[in-house]
Amino acid sequence: MRGTTRTIAVAGVSAFAMLTAACSGSSTETTSTTSGSGSNSSSSSEAPAAAGGEIVVHGCTPENPLIASNTSETCGGNILDTITAKLVHYNSETAEPEMDIAEDIKTDDNQNFTVTLKDYKFSDGTPVTSKSFVDAWNYAAYGPNGQGGSYFFGPIEGFADLQCTGTDEKTACEGEGAPKAKELTGLKVVDDKTFTIKTTEKVSNLPVRLGYTAFAPQPDAFFKDAEAFGKAPIGAGPFKFESWTEGQSIVVVKNADYSGANAGKLDKITFKIYQDTDAAYNDLLAGQIDVLDAIPVSALIDDKYKTDLGERNAQRETGVIQYIGMNPKADPSLAKPEIRKAISMAIDRDTINKAIFNNTRVPATGWVSPVVDGYQKDVCGEACVYDAAKAKAALDAAGGYSGKLTLTYNGDGDHKAWTEATCNSIKDALGIDCTATPTVDFKTFLTGLGKGEIKGLFRMGWQMDYPSIENFLAPIYTAGADSNYFNYNNPEFEKLLKEAAGADGLDAANAKYQEAEKVIAADMPTIPMYYGKATMGYSEKIGNFAITPFGVPDFSSISVK
Amino acid sequence: MSESAVLVEGAEAQAAGGDVGDARSLGADAWRSLRKSPFFWVSAVLILIFLLMAIWPSLFTSTDPTKAVLKEARSRPSDAAWFGRDIQGYDIYARVIYGARASILVGVLTTVFTVLLGGAIGTLAAYAGGWVDSLVSRITDIFFAIPLLLGAILFMAALSGTMTGYFGVIFKVVMALTLLGWPSLARLMRSSVLQVLPNDYVQAARALGASPWRIIRSHIIPNAMGPMIVVSTINLGAYIAAEATLSFLGIGLTPPVISWGVSINDAIVGLRTTPHMLLFPSLFLSITVLAFIMLGDAIRDAFDPKSR
Amino acid sequence: MGKYIVRRLLQMIPVIIGTTFLIFYMVFAMPGDPTAGKCGERPCSAAYIQKYRAEHNLDDPLPIQYGKYVAKLAQGDLGTNQYGVKVKDDLQKRYLVTGKLALMAIAVEVVVGILAGILAGIRKGKFVDNLVLVSTLFVISIPVFVIGALAQYFIGVRTGLFPVTVSSKATFYELTMPALVLGSLSIAYVARLTRTNLVENLRADYVRTAIAKGLSRRRAVGLHALRNSMIPVITFVGFDFGALLGGAIVTERIFNIQGVGGYIFRGIQMRDGVAVVGAVTALVIIYLFVNLLVDILYGVLDPRISHE
Repeated sequence: MRGTTRTIAVAGVSAFAMLTAACSGSSTETTSTTSGSGSNSSSSSEAPAAAGGEIVVHGCTPENPLIASNTSETCGGNILDTITAKLVHYNSETAEPEMDIAEDIKTDDNQNFTVTLKDYKFSDGTPVTSKSFVDAWNYAAYGPNGQGGSYFFGPIEGFADLQCTGTDEKTACEGEGAPKAKELTGLKVVDDKTFTIKTTEKVSNLPVRLGYTAFAPQPDAFFKDAEAFGKAPIGAGPFKFESWTEGQSIVVVKNADYSGANAGKLDKITFKIYQDTDAAYNDLLAGQIDVLDAIPVSALIDDKYKTDLGERNAQRETGVIQYIGMNPKADPSLAKPEIRKAISMAIDRDTINKAIFNNTRVPATGWVSPVVDGYQKDVCGEACVYDAAKAKAALDAAGGYSGKLTLTYNGDGDHKAWTEATCNSIKDALGIDCTATPTVDFKTFLTGLGKGEIKGLFRMGWQMDYPSIENFLAPIYTAGADSNYFNYNNPEFEKLLKEAAGADGLDAANAKYQEAEKVIAADMPTIPMYYGKATMGYSEKIGNFAITPFGVPDFSSISVK
Repeated sequence: MSESAVLVEGAEAQAAGGDVGDARSLGADAWRSLRKSPFFWVSAVLILIFLLMAIWPSLFTSTDPTKAVLKEARSRPSDAAWFGRDIQGYDIYARVIYGARASILVGVLTTVFTVLLGGAIGTLAAYAGGWVDSLVSRITDIFFAIPLLLGAILFMAALSGTMTGYFGVIFKVVMALTLLGWPSLARLMRSSVLQVLPNDYVQAARALGASPWRIIRSHIIPNAMGPMIVVSTINLGAYIAAEATLSFLGIGLTPPVISWGVSINDAIVGLRTTPHMLLFPSLFLSITVLAFIMLGDAIRDAFDPKSR
Repeated sequence: MGKYIVRRLLQMIPVIIGTTFLIFYMVFAMPGDPTAGKCGERPCSAAYIQKYRAEHNLDDPLPIQYGKYVAKLAQGDLGTNQYGVKVKDDLQKRYLVTGKLALMAIAVEVVVGILAGILAGIRKGKFVDNLVLVSTLFVISIPVFVIGALAQYFIGVRTGLFPVTVSSKATFYELTMPALVLGSLSIAYVARLTRTNLVENLRADYVRTAIAKGLSRRRAVGLHALRNSMIPVITFVGFDFGALLGGAIVTERIFNIQGVGGYIFRGIQMRDGVAVVGAVTALVIIYLFVNLLVDILYGVLDPRISHE
């Protein structure tokens, strides 16, 4: 639970090349096109690497069986991303979406897509066909299967008919509530290597989304016995699942049948599960593990890890944003945007970053991570710049704030220090009695949020599912969206999102999404705090090391000396 | 607060006095021997200082312990902040002074409650014997088996949102620790009472027709208290430290309460870089624990009817 | 004696039923939905929640859930946890590790604690006595996570004397450092209990008589005084063993030991009722046996206590 503060990790930043191609329909040659960012192609797309080496990596326990469409948290997602291949792969260095299993993805209208496939094999030797995709996606979207990632199939035509509609929570899928259909009408197998996707409405960035874990194809073995499959998954990725000892370790080995461009150099990766990152860090110092994907706070202080590890550390900005939310329905005293802006102005992000995080975060100036295409600078404007005097004046102008303010966080995560510092900053600048208040654990926290019981401010984080500005807006601020804990509802915002989804061309879509972000900036439903930055360490054994824009070690390019 | 601890000791002393039949001279005896003990004086003075700190912290510092100077976070001891500043930029000296109240309250209250509850239940089980003993002992077993964390999380969660005031927050932690701490004392007390029961003076009192209450109060408790006093004076320190461990697991004292345990927990990240944040609250905790145990020891020795 | 043991064994049945129900109820009453967090920070879909609840019988009312559980338990089936792993298999593995660690920690505290207690007791009031007091208490007043972190860094990482963490094999060598940390917490109790009882017993008539009759002081201490001083110590060690079997959550976490504490901790966090109840039930059974053993030992150590 600790550390499960994100949704999912895949890889990727900009969807430029693919979107341009897909939207204009003028070209189908989208594979590995560089998009003017001019970066080198990633090491992973170079010639197959020399074999060799086994490494031990810090891991955590997956929350669910290892089924791609049922995994939307990082612990399981990280494992699955080593053993699965999807239609699209996000370049681990530049984050460009590149064709992986897909030969190409064609569309003329952003609503009807035709996918053709390359020759890939699952690690059990069976071929990846269009049926592997269509069946897997139907399974994922079908309500009674209860897949955690079913949300991602929402845009595909016919999704609503696959959902349970019963009103009673216990029997939602029975009787009247049973789904009307078992298969998505929007998916059609043309032949072994071709299938089509039709979306309910225009979705300009659909191809970018298809690199997400939930869209992985599944072999026949999965449909025979999903339960057994969840304990020993089979994928078409560069690595092959070997074993999972619950609570101890998960092992993957090189997939000899892998024919794609992202083959790993390593023979074997052991994900060793730790209860505490400090223990993992000490093991790294003692040479017991080779890769630690999150340096603990105790070693970040005074850059201790640099003295401990020397050159053996790496940083990278990642598609994560941390913010402070509030639910005006639960707490009407925070209903006015002016008050929320005053509070935002009262937070000294720079000093907190320096004192608490040792500058391992980036103070946020908007609601969209800088690593995705579509990011615009300083959307938040002066509302995200610390100015105690202005903040106080703004608060007074908005009618002031009476009573106490709480900033709720989950007590089992590493959030105490920064939330307390944030409250102190608010208290200092505005004179509001602000207290950082823990809930006993993450489940209590999320349940409280879901029920709209948490008053005052609360912490929140978002890790992108796929590299698109849309992923930072639609799932969080659309009225009624799962992750809209803020009871935010602005028709203008929704209208802009819809226009963006149907826009012709990436630039037009992004411009609309950026307008939508400006609506958020005006309403301030959440207070942006930090953009994520991953800090990792590795052992002397490691030769080449890289981090993906999702804050995950790039297992394809890691090599052993 | 330590008054209540002394009260327990005092009760023992009085009961012991009843045993001998001349309370005043025993008290005088005790005082005479206490006066000569350097341990008594050192610990008494220390406890007095800590109590003063707990009751009247502003006597020791004029700095506001909730005033954070984040820019100077983790700065080392200096003229401006004698013990340096912690990770939030709070003045550690002021935090330590203001933390005394909560820490001592948690330690003393939990000790008193567990002694009262555990002592009473243990004595009852051993004295009554038979099915009462079996029943009580098995209930003790059930409570003992509940993992501390499960009990504490549940307790805290059940009461979350309520009792958010200063004393409410402390009371919740005290209750959680008591709920899970009494079975061990009950079991210990039961074993001591079992050992005392066969003694001649108990049999004699019974033969003379003394009421059970009188036998327990005058003969059994004074003679069976020893091990429990030993364990619970150590417990006092352990509970203060346990509060820090609860914080470590995310279910300890919460703001607005300032305590040594919370300070220690916040400082652990600086173990290797800025250990002064950890040192001062730990030092105060250790000294307090030592003082309480030394005092308990000295008083126990002085009042022990068997030592004469 | 035989009858007594049979009676105690029979009493275990209601205790097991009582505990499982209590724990079942507690996990049931925990706030926070079991599916919260299963899908990251995004709430899980209604379909996911419904499927999950159906698979884990979460929609049944508590008595029915409990009834289903006990019916299986009676056949020796502890059920499967959230991950579909048999709780029995998990527990077997983990109790081996935890049991080993607990025994090692107990060995540390018994050997060091009793030796220190004897030294302090026969040299009461001398330097050695005070040294034992101060050093053992100093350890107890530091929260366990601080001791653990210090030991891990300075003994493990810096000197490399012992492994930093414990692998899934949990060898004797790997467990040495965690056992020292765990044992050190209880040394103070064992030493103090031994000392106090020894001092008391050394004054007792039978020891004086023994010495007067010409027994060497060494023999008198070893044979008579010490034996009679062991009852509270054994009681303490007995419940400490029970506590170690279920409660070394912090130590297990710091040294990454795959033991029962971590299992229960994770079970609680995941709201995995079956795992928690299974682990705690096993714990209760072991604890009851330890208690029975302790009670039988009372009779052996002090012939005046009878179990008839």
